[in-house]
Parts: sequence; C-alpha cells; structure tokens
Amino acid sequence: MTAPVVEFQRVSKSYFRGEQEIPVLKDFSLSVPPGRFLAIMGPSGSGKTTILNLVAGLDRPTQGTIRAAGLTVSQQGESDLARWRARHIGFVFQFYNLIPVLTAAENVELPLLLSTLTRQERATHVRAALGLVGLKDRIDHYPRQLSGGQEQRVGIARAIVSDPTILLADEPTGNLDRSAAEAVMALLTKLHRELNKTILMVTHDPRTADYAQETLHFDKGTVASS
Amino acid sequence: MKLLLAYSLRNVWVRSSTAALTIAGLALVSLILLAVLMLGNGLNRALIESGSPDNVLLLRKGATTEIASGIYRDQAHIVRTLADIAQTSGGEPLAIPELVVLISLAKNGTDTLANVVVRGTRPDAFILRPQVRLSQGRPWQPGTTEIVIGAQIATRFLRDGIGSHLRIGKREWLVVGIAEAQGTAFESEIWGDVDQLMSAYGRDSYSSLTLRLSSSSAFQSIDDAIAADTRLLLQVKRERDYYRDKSMTMATFIRLLGFTFTFIFAVGAVLGGTMTMYGAVASRTREIGMLRALGFQPHQILSALLFESLTLGALAGLLAIGGGTALQFVTLSTMNFSTFSELAFRLTLTPASALSTMGFALGISMIGGIPPAIRAARLSVAAALRAPGR
Repeated sequence: MTAPVVEFQRVSKSYFRGEQEIPVLKDFSLSVPPGRFLAIMGPSGSGKTTILNLVAGLDRPTQGTIRAAGLTVSQQGESDLARWRARHIGFVFQFYNLIPVLTAAENVELPLLLSTLTRQERATHVRAALGLVGLKDRIDHYPRQLSGGQEQRVGIARAIVSDPTILLADEPTGNLDRSAAEAVMALLTKLHRELNKTILMVTHDPRTADYAQETLHFDKGTVASS
Repeated sequence: MKLLLAYSLRNVWVRSSTAALTIAGLALVSLILLAVLMLGNGLNRALIESGSPDNVLLLRKGATTEIASGIYRDQAHIVRTLADIAQTSGGEPLAIPELVVLISLAKNGTDTLANVVVRGTRPDAFILRPQVRLSQGRPWQPGTTEIVIGAQIATRFLRDGIGSHLRIGKREWLVVGIAEAQGTAFESEIWGDVDQLMSAYGRDSYSSLTLRLSSSSAFQSIDDAIAADTRLLLQVKRERDYYRDKSMTMATFIRLLGFTFTFIFAVGAVLGGTMTMYGAVASRTREIGMLRALGFQPHQILSALLFESLTLGALAGLLAIGGGTALQFVTLSTMNFSTFSELAFRLTLTPASALSTMGFALGISMIGGIPPAIRAARLSVAAALRAPGR
C-alpha cells in the first residue's frame, strides 16, 4: 500500500482572541494518497484554509500530528519548513499574489531562486512552466498587462515550476469569471492527470469542486460529509 | 538574488512619489551635514592650510597671535644668523620679519566696516609661501607704498582693484597687484613693504618672524637654539600648528552647532524614512507573505527591504553631494576671533566629506529601514496572506 503524501492524525487547531479560545479544527484526521485531487468545501470560517496552512507548515496545530511529503510538519522549525516548502509545496492563491513589479517570467522564477539551478536552467524551467499554462507569449508581460485568468495561470506556473510534491490551491477560481474559472480548472485537472500531481484545493464553489476526484465537506471544524 | 534586488529597486520606482519625498527629506538632512563638513573644510583650508609644514613662526613669549606679539629688530637679526634656515637663490636666509596691523574697510556697496589684516613683509614672502601667487599686476617695489591685495579683499572691499588707492596708517597706498592663495587666509590680507608699514605706524618692532627650515627635522635644533639664547625670549611654533590653534575655537563652535542641528534633523529624517518603509511593508504584506510561503527565509525578506531602504539613502546621498558640489561656489566671510579680522573662505567639498555624507545618508536610511524590515520578516505567513492590498 502506498504511503499517504498528506496525513493528519487527530489534529485540533484553535485560535485565541485574548482569553477566548476559538476552535477551528476538532480532532481531525485525513489521509491523502499520492496523485489524489482533493477538494475541500465549506462555508467561510469552517477551517478549510487552515488545513492548507497546516499542510504547508504556515500554521501550527494545537494538538495532533501532521505529515506531508515525508516530513512531520508539525515538529519542524521555521527555517527547515521554509526549505522544505521551497522543494515540496506549490501554492495557487485566490488573488494570484503576483508581484506587480516583476514580469510573468520573473514571477514564475521566484521559487527557483531557492534552488541550486543556474540562471540558464531556471530560464528553461520558467519557459516550460509558462508553456504548460499556455502563456509562452506573455513571458515579458507585467501582471497589469494580463487578464485575471492569465494572472491565475501565471500563478499556477509559479506553483509548478519547481515540480513540487503537493499543490495547494486556495480558492483558485474565487476571483475569476465563469469561463476563466473553467480554463483554470481544466489546467489543474490536466496537471493532475498528466503529471500525477497531488492537489489539495479549497473552494466554496460546487462546480469547481466537481473537477476533483474527491470532495470533503467541512463545517465547524469537522468533516460534515465526503 | 539579483531578482530580489531588482524587486526592491523596481518597488522604489513604482512608489516614485513617496520615494521622491523620502529621498528629498534624507537628502536635505545629508546636505546640512555636508554643509557643516564643508564649512569645517573651508575653515581648515583658510586657516590650517595657510601654514606650510616647513615654515616656523616666531612670536614673543606669551603672545598667542601675531597682532599681540612683538619682535625687536636686533632679535630678528640674531634669528636670521641661525643655522638650519633655508636660503634663497641669492644666499639670503629665508627668514622674514613681518608687521601685522588691522585696518577698517567698508565692504563693497555698504557702510559696514570690517577689520582687514595688513601684512608688512618682503617680496621673498612669495617664496616663503608658495601658495600665494599674483593673479594680476605685479609685486610691490621695496621701499614704496605699493600694496598687493588678496583676491577676497579685491572681491569684497576694493572692487576697483589695481590702480585704486587705500589709506593705511596716514599714508596713501597704491594697489599694484592681486594675489590668490588657494583659498587660504592670505587671500583676505593686504601685503606691502614692511619697513614702509612700520614707518607709517611709527613702530620700531615687528610682529612676528617666519622662516623656512632647511629640513623638516631641523625644527628641534632651531627651537633649542632660540631657547638657549637669553636675548631672544621668543616662542617657536610650526606655522601649521599656529594656524590650527587659531582655527580651533571657531571650527569647534561651527561643528558643534552644525552637528547639533544635523542630529535633530536626522532624527526627523529617520522617522520619515521609517514611516515610508512601514508604508511600503504595509502595502505589500500579502506579497511578503507569499514570498515566505514560497520558502524565502525571513533574513532574505529583511535583506530585500533593507536594500530598498538603502537605495533611498544612496540616492539621497548622491543628491546631497550634488548639492554640495554647487555649494562649493559659495564664499562666506566670518570674523576671525583670534585676529578680529575679516576671514573669507569657500565651502570646500573633499572626497572624505563626500564619503561621510554618503555614509550618513546610508546610515539614517538603514536605521529607518530596520524596524519595518524586522516587522516584515516576523510577519505570520498565514496572517500576511489574509491581509488586504497587494
């Protein structure tokens, strides 16, 4: 049996506002095998983005253990986590989070700055990633010169350029119109099918979730249904 | 990390209006510092550099200035016979007794009177002080009431220049030449024949005697010889030390005042720079969160933001040095408190003061940039990614 690429074991997470404890995840367990495309749905504040943050080590659980891409994420220090993220995690954000003063190619190149690749190798990877998302002709464009859909495709190229083990997508279509959203989801599906990427995607849109192999419905910190 | 540096530089460019205001503020403060340094340099050049390293000045024991000193003719003769004095091409000892007096002159176009130094000397003074050169006219003829005026005197007091007359010590003196002295105090003096000046003022003693050592190491033997001769009762100083002592009070006062103002303005500039960088960090919180999420370490974020801050400082420093270059054309005058005479000097930009100004601009921009950069590096990544804005 293949080892899970993401595993939550009885994870709880609470935030504190002063003395008041606000539970977000309650005794949550999850096992995601490699190559799975999982959608996590739920209303705002249900804790779905927290799951992505915990997988990437951007947040720490109050209780429980999290393993991802061979690392016990919940027990690592900041520096080790940053290095591990650079190698194993790709992010796709709702608001793209492209740096406006950098071109599409430069934005995509950012994760590769943390690798040992030469400048020329980085350029090759960047061209390949932008080619994969269909934006080879937009290499020197700045984000302001791109449509929302194109910006998100640059965001996806940035997420896959370092060939990460896990792709984390937080509302990847949340800021797009229907046709752009469909194009982005078609692209993520293609990455999943052709490159066998493990994708964890948070969304509140059932049509977006339909692209995934499996959907977890989340409410008040626990799985409501799957 | 070239891309991260490009990121910082382009961010400065994108925020050009706020960046320009910050740069202007930093540049103004840096220019104030540079002006203070240039004032000090100008004073140094006017006073300390008036002295030549191999020249020695003799004054009466206890006198602190040439004005308050007196050397009798026979004392001057004894000194001129000492060994270790350089000689002119004619074989004469290069040791010149001089009389220094003050006269009041009205500045051009005003009724404001200022004291001006008149130095009775000998034509060999041009050999003794090679930095003094005639820029116009000719030297005075010994035994006549002709004078050569310094370039600053010509500019500020005697606009008519050569051919004009001046009343000194109940006699009319004819201006026959104008001298430049590389910005030293001699440009603010009037030179003429020492014997004529003594006669005009009814003096029978000189004020001082300046001699050139045969070698720089001969100072001690001259000092010992004069100390051993009970007829002389003179003190011996290197000319440069004499002028340094004279400039000390004024230079210290100007520097203290200038540095105090600079410090106060610098605090304001640091706060301005800090606010600008805090603004830059606040508007890019999500961007910084994204970089951290990608795997960039806090110290890399800190370096990028500090580089951005230092870029503002470097541009401000360059602007200030540009301003300082323009200030070099400004000539100021002040009272020389040791002679109570007018002293004109130019603000002087040196490589050291330019470097200090650049260091200062970089320093205050760095101090201003550190708190926001630390804040950015310490941001919670998850919280930063939820922040509004970029």
